Amino acid sequence: MEARPTAVPAIQIRRLTTRFGDVVIHRDIDLDLMPGQMLGLVGGSGSGKTTLLREIVGLLAPSQGSVRLFGQTVLDSDPQRRRLLRRRFGMLFQQGALFSALSVFDNIAFPLRELRLFDEALIRDLVLLKLAMVELEPRHCRLMPAELSGGMVKRVALARALSLEPELLVLDEPTAGLDPDRSENFVRLLKALQNELGFTVVMVTHDLGTLLGLATRLAVLADHRIVASGTVDEVLAVDHPFIHNFFGVRHDMAAAGPRAS
Amino acid sequence: MAAATLETVQRTDSLPVIVLAGDWTLATLPQPLAPFERRLRELAGTGSGWDLQSISRLDSAGAIVLWRNWGRRWPASLVVGSEHRLLLERVEAIVAELPGRSSERLAWLLVPGRLAIVALDHLAGMVALIGQMVLDFGYLLVHPRDIPWREFSANLYKSGAQALPVTALIGFLIGIVLSYLSALQLKNFGADVFIVNLLGISIVRELGPVLVAVLVAGRSGSAMTAQLGVMRVTEEIDALATMGVSRSLRLVLPKVVALAVTMPLLVIWCSAAGIIGGMVSANLQMDLSYGFFIDTLPRVVPVANVWIGIGKGLVFGLLIGLIACHFGLRVKPNTESLSANTTSSVVTSITVAILVDAVFAILTRSFGIPL
Repeated sequence: MEARPTAVPAIQIRRLTTRFGDVVIHRDIDLDLMPGQMLGLVGGSGSGKTTLLREIVGLLAPSQGSVRLFGQTVLDSDPQRRRLLRRRFGMLFQQGALFSALSVFDNIAFPLRELRLFDEALIRDLVLLKLAMVELEPRHCRLMPAELSGGMVKRVALARALSLEPELLVLDEPTAGLDPDRSENFVRLLKALQNELGFTVVMVTHDLGTLLGLATRLAVLADHRIVASGTVDEVLAVDHPFIHNFFGVRHDMAAAGPRAS
Repeated sequence: MAAATLETVQRTDSLPVIVLAGDWTLATLPQPLAPFERRLRELAGTGSGWDLQSISRLDSAGAIVLWRNWGRRWPASLVVGSEHRLLLERVEAIVAELPGRSSERLAWLLVPGRLAIVALDHLAGMVALIGQMVLDFGYLLVHPRDIPWREFSANLYKSGAQALPVTALIGFLIGIVLSYLSALQLKNFGADVFIVNLLGISIVRELGPVLVAVLVAGRSGSAMTAQLGVMRVTEEIDALATMGVSRSLRLVLPKVVALAVTMPLLVIWCSAAGIIGGMVSANLQMDLSYGFFIDTLPRVVPVANVWIGIGKGLVFGLLIGLIACHFGLRVKPNTESLSANTTSSVVTSITVAILVDAVFAILTRSFGIPL
């Protein structure tokens, strides 16, 4: 949809430092993400990508520095404000994190029911609409999470993350565990939804196809800090061993076929 | 963010047009929703035209609110931007009816039958588990190298050694209470010295084993069920199977055998603590000397009672271990099933232990009671 008139960054990270005991994970990280952008966060294993993601959504408090979403601190001391802010973003966990005791329908309806604003008929319509958006059918409603395939779990989790109409979507390895075909489908679906709904995306992924298929911006985490950030081409121009290693494959792929573009 | 607004505008000729503006989103829809929807419905009933072009943001919640107050059909005259039309078309495509659950009219009639089938199923599962254990024993006799010593000792430590403090405490306190209450009654009859008989028989033969059974079922039984259950949820049991490791040999057998070994020892430990508690209480309450108590105990409590207590401990241990593993292996991969099976495991263990205790009481009625 339309870009918001005010230019408040969706994510603003300032001088963020994370330490676990004596181990430093991040040192003085700065990061900005404007509404409507799709940021891919890459880095070697153990470079603290998922940790940074958890700090963005407020599951983990950074040792120093601040994280602001839409201009507000995530870990606000006022529970009411914190709750309102948390309704403005949705998170897709790596394993889906569906509530295993609830059916697909109840999983997607859960955040809506928690609002206590809508009657069941409206919630039902909303859930069915979200299901249709992630290309699932109404007959899947009654299934339990344990009965779903990996790709369906991701779709249901996405529908749940989208149920409160988030302005920001946080994706942790959105295509991990999916075969290339499904992962490509999922990327296509995410992209179409982003076009339609206009949310901001920040994601962590190892999969180059997902990354280059979705992200409009990249940030590379290495040596405890962000060594490069910007558009894909800007990042590729940076001279850093990790970038050479990680995207070396991409040049081969680009030479081999058009999929990477 | 602007709130959702609507106003009726009279344009040139004929019918008025309803102009919607602002953000029609989940966050900005007016609360409470009911009066707002009533107004929308009334306006839709007038058959006037709708102008949605001034809406800046429309999300699925807003679209659904509009659609259902239009009576789930397009209004006769509608002006709307293409992207918002797309969303409304999506809403139109929602099916009106969910594939509902089939409800049977006489469903209550099926309940006893279902319960019976479930009970039979559990029984069959238990028999299969016992059979598997016997086969495993046979296998281990032939292949002693495969005896899971590490798992066995780990379970011994967890369900035995770590249970020592709590069983001693409970036994001691029960001994004190029992002794105190009995002493009050016995004094009335001038039968103070019989406190030794009373405490000795009741604790060694009955209370010790049952108390330990309840404690172990709650402590170790639940832990075993939960552990096996989570291992099923996380597919660890399947991982073991693919490595060619028998789950019954590596997971079930060590648990059951460890409980069968530790339970009799815990029973002795708990009974001893109970008798010491009773002795202390009798000494404080009735000035019964420790020397007299210890001297009298073996004379009035035949040693058969100790064997009965130990035998009960062995049987309870086997049963609790088997039941815990049985329920643990039935856990389905969801949290609800895990909690239900852990509850069933503990409740069944305690119930079965007390039932078996009653059977013991009948079978051993001619042993160990001094005439």
